[in-house]
Amino acid sequence: MKKIRVVIAKPGLDGHDRGAKVIARALRDAGMEVIYTGLRQTPEQIVAAALQEDADVIGLSILSGAHMHICPRLMDLLKEKGLDDVLVVVGGIIPDVDIPKLQDAGIKGIFLPGTPMQDIITFITEHVRPRVEQV
Amino acid sequence: MKGATAATARQRWEREVLEPALAKAPERSVPFTTISGRSIERLYSPEDLSSLDYQRDLNHPGQFPYTRGIHPTGYRGKLWTMRQFAGFGTPEETNERYKTLLAAGGTGLSVAFDLPTLMGRDPDHELSLGEVGKCGVSIVSLADMERLFEGISLRDITTSMTINSPAPMIFAMYLAVAEKQGADWQALSGTIQNDILKEFIAQKEYIFPPRESMRLITDIFAFCAREVPRWNTVSVSGYHIREAGSTALQELAFTLRDGIEYIQYGIDAGLDVDDFAPRISFFFNSHSDFFEEIAKFRAARKLWAGVMRDRFGAKDERSWKLRFHTQTAGVSLTAQQPYNNVVRTALQALAAVLGGTNSLHTNSLDEALALPTAEAATLALRTQQILAHESGVANTVDPLGGSWFLERLTLDMEQGAKHYFETIDKLGGMVEAIEQGFPQREIAEASYKFQQAVERRDKVIVGVNDFVQEDEAPVPILYIDETTAERQLTRLTELKRTRDAGAVARSLDALREAARGTANTMYLLLDCARAYATVGEMCDALRDVWGEYEEEPLI
Repeated sequence: MKKIRVVIAKPGLDGHDRGAKVIARALRDAGMEVIYTGLRQTPEQIVAAALQEDADVIGLSILSGAHMHICPRLMDLLKEKGLDDVLVVVGGIIPDVDIPKLQDAGIKGIFLPGTPMQDIITFITEHVRPRVEQV
Repeated sequence: MKGATAATARQRWEREVLEPALAKAPERSVPFTTISGRSIERLYSPEDLSSLDYQRDLNHPGQFPYTRGIHPTGYRGKLWTMRQFAGFGTPEETNERYKTLLAAGGTGLSVAFDLPTLMGRDPDHELSLGEVGKCGVSIVSLADMERLFEGISLRDITTSMTINSPAPMIFAMYLAVAEKQGADWQALSGTIQNDILKEFIAQKEYIFPPRESMRLITDIFAFCAREVPRWNTVSVSGYHIREAGSTALQELAFTLRDGIEYIQYGIDAGLDVDDFAPRISFFFNSHSDFFEEIAKFRAARKLWAGVMRDRFGAKDERSWKLRFHTQTAGVSLTAQQPYNNVVRTALQALAAVLGGTNSLHTNSLDEALALPTAEAATLALRTQQILAHESGVANTVDPLGGSWFLERLTLDMEQGAKHYFETIDKLGGMVEAIEQGFPQREIAEASYKFQQAVERRDKVIVGVNDFVQEDEAPVPILYIDETTAERQLTRLTELKRTRDAGAVARSLDALREAARGTANTMYLLLDCARAYATVGEMCDALRDVWGEYEEEPLI
């Protein structure tokens, strides 16, 4: 079986990368292939990274309140590139009222502060697209 | 011998009292460690302090090495400053909040800027998407700074500005407003955070490479020593290092080592240590492990006094005294059962006060969810007022001094920090250590270890991994007006249309020239600010010459 490939990205101007780094390590320790883009990525750069890395999952870490601008834009770009089947999850400070809006935009998993790492690992494993056998 | 008697008494207690008790009822099977993972003994008693010398290690407050405080009267003279950090939306909205704060008896302001301002980007930059006015107030040019302080006399207040990479640009705008108000720079007082080293280490709001960034800081030291002598030029910050996941010891050690780096660069730039060191202050986190935090604050004062007197040969006592601001730990706040955060914050604030903080910001209960509502921010301030006026802890100086446990922790903190100093000195200094990724790796490691301890439930977080409640009623939260970006963008267009474009271009060219050479950049930045150049334009001019720093993304 192919390993699940995850791109972890920090969009926007915020530099608080503790969460992104901890989750990246936890996913890697759980046997996934993790690519961390580093800081200050535009939605375009994140989609390009996902395409290039053949990602199954994109994980965004957003704490600054810019999620309602960044997420829909990213989802549109994914659609444009035919990457609709990439599982997109977001972690960070997301007010309750924004959760259904993000879900409508196609974000499958939304994780608030205090979510156990194991819950995120399980969610990804259960929701990621079927992986193809390596030939 | 007295020591031998104590040791014998201790052995007898263990044999005759402790062991039978343990045989009957064993201790809880949890790791007895601090939140930083330091193991804690069952009991501390006088023999744990056999090496402690009162005069040398503690001394009375106001006396070297200031372990018990820098003021001989503690809080009996003056209470700590209750300085609450605020800023959001447009300059007008924040100005209104400040006027309310000042009308309520406040004498100091603390400005929170939005991310585009903090990163030296104008609202029309692509990375500013969705960020304008969100985490703080949007300041684009001198025109916004004039709006921010409209009707507020800069002569009569002190202003703390949390700004780092663009600190010289924002400070230049502040000074230009003061100039317009007719306020004498010599009498102005306030603080710019201006601590770039912890940005590379932890918060990552850097723009220029480390060495060029340090040059901007030494330019400010020289400029302020001459022009704005009462201004606090750097607030050396452990807060963000801790929030990024460091231990208490790493916070202490890296912060003070950053302080050492600033002093060394100032001296290397030809300044006399006593001309600028007294204007450097510190900013720590107060986290949840009560005694460990108090020990950290006390050890910080002692370490700094020693460093300044013995390593740098400072003669002025003001250079020896570590003054610090504290903020309670934002990272400890939980989105679950947010009212629990009031209790966490109160305990953290108490630790800061028992550690002798000079000023304090208490977080609001809703900050794991959004920026605080006015009600939540008021409750946070009330927490400080209750500590100050009801708890009795401000009645005597260093009330926990002499606690065997606390003094042992304080000594160990000091020793541990000195080991880190040695390691960083061997790497060539803090700039070199950062370039080699040393503090960044140490913090990432500590942060992952802590997360694993939480996952294993070795560390209980109430409401998160234990005592969980499923049916929680939501708390009211603050929403930031989405029209701020639009307004700031319109204004930017308007500004570019109305200002003297020639004067802007000339001032930016002169700034580039100074960046290539050795002239003090502050004087050139003042000219840029006066010409209404934007924060983004001033930073871009320096980006043209110095380039931008990019860190290697490591996990």
